[in-house]
Amino acid sequence: MREHVLPGDAACPGCPIPIGLKTVAAAFNGNAVLVIPACCTSVVVGTYPYSSLKMNIVHTPFASSASVASGLREALKQRGLEDTQVIVWAGDGGTADIGMASLSGAAERNEDIIYIMYDNEAYMNTGIQRSSSTPIKAWTTTTPVYGKSEPKKDVARIMIAHNVPYVATASIAYPQDLYQKLKKAQEIRGFRFIQLHSPCPVGWRFDASKTVEVARLAVETGMWILYEYFDNKLRVSGPSMPVIKEGKIKPIEDYIKIQRRFSNINGEGILEIQRMRDNNIEWIKKLL
Amino acid sequence: MSSKNINKKVLSGNHSVAYGVKLSKASVISAYPITPQTAIIEKLSEFVERGELKARIIKVESEHSALAATFGAALGGARAFTATSSHGLLYMHEWLHWVSRSRIPVVMAIVTRTIGLPWNIWPDHSDYMDQRDTGWIMTFGMDNQEVLDLTLQAFKLSEDPDIYLPVIVGLEGFVLGGTYMPVILPDEREAEDFVGERAQPYTIDPKNPIAIGNMTLPEGTEEMFMDMQKSMMNVYKKAKEIDSEYGKIFGRSYGGLTACYKCEDAKYMMVTMGAWSGDAIEAVNVLRSEGYPVGLLRVRYFRPMPTEDYKKYLFNSKMTIVFDRSISYGSTGSIYQDVISSLHLASSKINVVHNVIAGIGGVDMTLKDFYEIFRSFLKQYESGDESNKVVWYHKGVMNNFSFE
Ligand SMILES: Cc1ncc(C[n+]2csc(CCOP(=O)(O)OP(=O)(O)O)c2C)c(N)n1
Ligand code: SF4
Repeated sequence: MREHVLPGDAACPGCPIPIGLKTVAAAFNGNAVLVIPACCTSVVVGTYPYSSLKMNIVHTPFASSASVASGLREALKQRGLEDTQVIVWAGDGGTADIGMASLSGAAERNEDIIYIMYDNEAYMNTGIQRSSSTPIKAWTTTTPVYGKSEPKKDVARIMIAHNVPYVATASIAYPQDLYQKLKKAQEIRGFRFIQLHSPCPVGWRFDASKTVEVARLAVETGMWILYEYFDNKLRVSGPSMPVIKEGKIKPIEDYIKIQRRFSNINGEGILEIQRMRDNNIEWIKKLL
Repeated sequence: MSSKNINKKVLSGNHSVAYGVKLSKASVISAYPITPQTAIIEKLSEFVERGELKARIIKVESEHSALAATFGAALGGARAFTATSSHGLLYMHEWLHWVSRSRIPVVMAIVTRTIGLPWNIWPDHSDYMDQRDTGWIMTFGMDNQEVLDLTLQAFKLSEDPDIYLPVIVGLEGFVLGGTYMPVILPDEREAEDFVGERAQPYTIDPKNPIAIGNMTLPEGTEEMFMDMQKSMMNVYKKAKEIDSEYGKIFGRSYGGLTACYKCEDAKYMMVTMGAWSGDAIEAVNVLRSEGYPVGLLRVRYFRPMPTEDYKKYLFNSKMTIVFDRSISYGSTGSIYQDVISSLHLASSKINVVHNVIAGIGGVDMTLKDFYEIFRSFLKQYESGDESNKVVWYHKGVMNNFSFE
């Protein structure tokens, strides 16, 4: 798994990004071009003239990674390099906000690319500002007193509405699951989208040793649900089975209390988050 | 000149660009509709759907994405093209910097149009001038034939290893973009040979991974920017070489970064860029017939700045009038600034150089306007007044805004 991810990256301790990138590199054996808009990863992958990845990397301005990938895909196809995966690796800000139009455009054209949104639920690179993918009530530097007042934008659901061939959610706590999803995506041509839940110790205010634990708790409390959507069907993935199928679900407090970005929350706030979670579970169940 | 049958068509400026792109065998095109550029992308779509051009048109959702996709394709090894105007160009601006700094060759047509507000679809050069410092080579045609010829030359120049910079082909919307005139189309095979195989400094290759554009320390960054400036300076020689090679094959050559009309014995000079140069040339003819030794220097390359030509043709002119179709508010026109700094590089003692801002918002400028402006400045000169004027010419009136 480590072959294409070289030591010496510039990530913070406990950063979820290298965990995700390792899995991506392993799934495609390095035969990929990563298109990376402005985000933490722009820094994490290393400073010129070095690179911490043994894969092609194309850095792009914030808003248009899906468009660069579209052009690249076409040129590589014209050169007969069909097997080289063109992968966008973008943060939630570059995906759910400023990059939404180009993402939607590429999806509508069904470009033959894989788009991975690593979702650390805020703009971390510029110092923890809210994004539309920040969950309700979460503290950020632009929601500093009461926490975010709007619920998290559900990008995977938006992508399902684009009728693209493949949409999945994943978590850095379950690399096997992510690996299988990437493998599955590899078999499919056309637009493929994966939203990867990626807790950030710096922005969410938890200890750097707890990244995987926090990510796992998100799944176990039903705050993050792992699924795949293809052939017009939704399939819940193994780690989320207990939550959806067996009703085995941990109290959301377990997830909320481990991170300090929810430290100002009160009972009413917790109920609100719980309602969001329950609605989401209902939505998933309806599609099953 | 080509021995093949001459293929003449009556084409609009926009269609001339489209034919230029087709003859250059671009294989990826990405653009977003905006008046007055739209006809370029429509014509190219027609070529592609009819199978006359083997290319993919990526129909993106915005101009920002159009140049992004063009860049992606070029990076991946394809010859790529885009076109836009006005607000589309402004929306794309971030990407212009990104592309030139990547050193990946691409060509873009700018069909100029006034910037809103108010909404206005007529041409001036303000959208084009807004891109002045983006690191693109900036050319501008005078008629539809030149626009087509420039498009082929643009691809060749952009892909020259001594250059590797993106190139803009400018033309005024409506005045050229939508106006039809006879255009000679180069032979397809000869055009293909002239432009040659796609060339670029590096290409995405799965076997030899590279990282493009990662974080770079200040010294490394500055070094890259200095390299851009070096390449810009190479354009002086290359553009001329390419133009003369083009002339040998196709029988049309324009000179270099500028084109001169009756400059040799001129005592007075006018400087223009774009389609209105035609009206200004007619004014030169009339003035000559009345005994005034006037010449005209037409700007074909705005960037790099044609310093040597400015020095060569304008230094001895007793009085020069520089026409700008855009203004840097609170300052002067951009071409004027170039002319003054170029002349100053030759000597600190400069003859009279006036700046006329005109044609803003698409206001039409006729032969009569150019004639009268010249006569008015001449009168001033002959009365012994050698002060330089910057005027905004509007409805026949020279508005003088004080710089104090
Ligand atoms: C047009 C533009 N606006 C703003 C920025 C500043 N900026 C750079 S990265 C970033 C936030 C990125 O957030 P996200 O996509 O969530 O990735 P993360 O940093 O969390 O990894 C912002 C606002 C920019 N680079 N470009
Ligand atoms: S801020 Fe968070 S996501 Fe960004 S590099 Fe640090 S740990 Fe990783």
